[in-house]
Amino acid sequence: MMMPCKRATELMSQSQDRELTLNERLQLKFHLLICNGCARCDKQMKLMREAIKQLDKH
Amino acid sequence: MGNRTEHQAQENKQAQQAGAEEIAQMRDEMLRFAILQLRDATLAEDVVHEAIIAALAPGKYSGSGSLKSWVFAILRNKIIDVIRQRSRHPTELFVEDGADPDNQFKQNGHWKKTQKPSDWGAPEKILASEQFWLVFKICLNELPENTARVFMMREHLGLELKEICQELDISDSNAWVIMHRARMQLRKCLEIHYMQGKLL
Repeated sequence: MMMPCKRATELMSQSQDRELTLNERLQLKFHLLICNGCARCDKQMKLMREAIKQLDKH
Repeated sequence: MGNRTEHQAQENKQAQQAGAEEIAQMRDEMLRFAILQLRDATLAEDVVHEAIIAALAPGKYSGSGSLKSWVFAILRNKIIDVIRQRSRHPTELFVEDGADPDNQFKQNGHWKKTQKPSDWGAPEKILASEQFWLVFKICLNELPENTARVFMMREHLGLELKEICQELDISDSNAWVIMHRARMQLRKCLEIHYMQGKLL
């Protein structure tokens, strides 16, 4: 069973704040392979993190 | 004790010597950030003052890189010092004020059609866009106060979640929920106002 997108977004957020368990990582990876909405969301969360790092320059 | 007029006089003197008028313009932004993080206007005045004085000390600023990054890096370190040092005595209960991203999902937990993230294209392109930065700052300001505080402690001050939980007396899972809500709200705000170009 594929995890719901909402759960996937929780895990992608948490992956920026803690180490996910192996099981969580695999489930998330699998989800991102088949769900382009979540794959984009994941990229965008990473972009936002990068943007905050550069915030002072702007 | 923070004395704004006195502080400013001293800063002005140094700023003249350093030829850094830019500092005055940054001061308000620095103060807003310090107040958000420290929740204490007097203390915030003091750290901003200290940061400016330190930044302008002769021979400190190398002149390479932007002055603003330099000053804010010093301010961030000062704020982190205060947060780490102060013996915590929470005078108020931390109230979670972020919006549940539930309304972006269907009952079964998958994206609603209208809420599904669109393709934003290459990150380098976005980060090079003036418009993006304009919208991004406004979206950050739109975050509810307590959510913004946790989010900026984590992302802008670079504190570990554990330290944030200690400072605010909240649990790990509480902090994860707050971070998730912050990121989801920020993403949605960028989607609507940057990608779709809806007016702010």
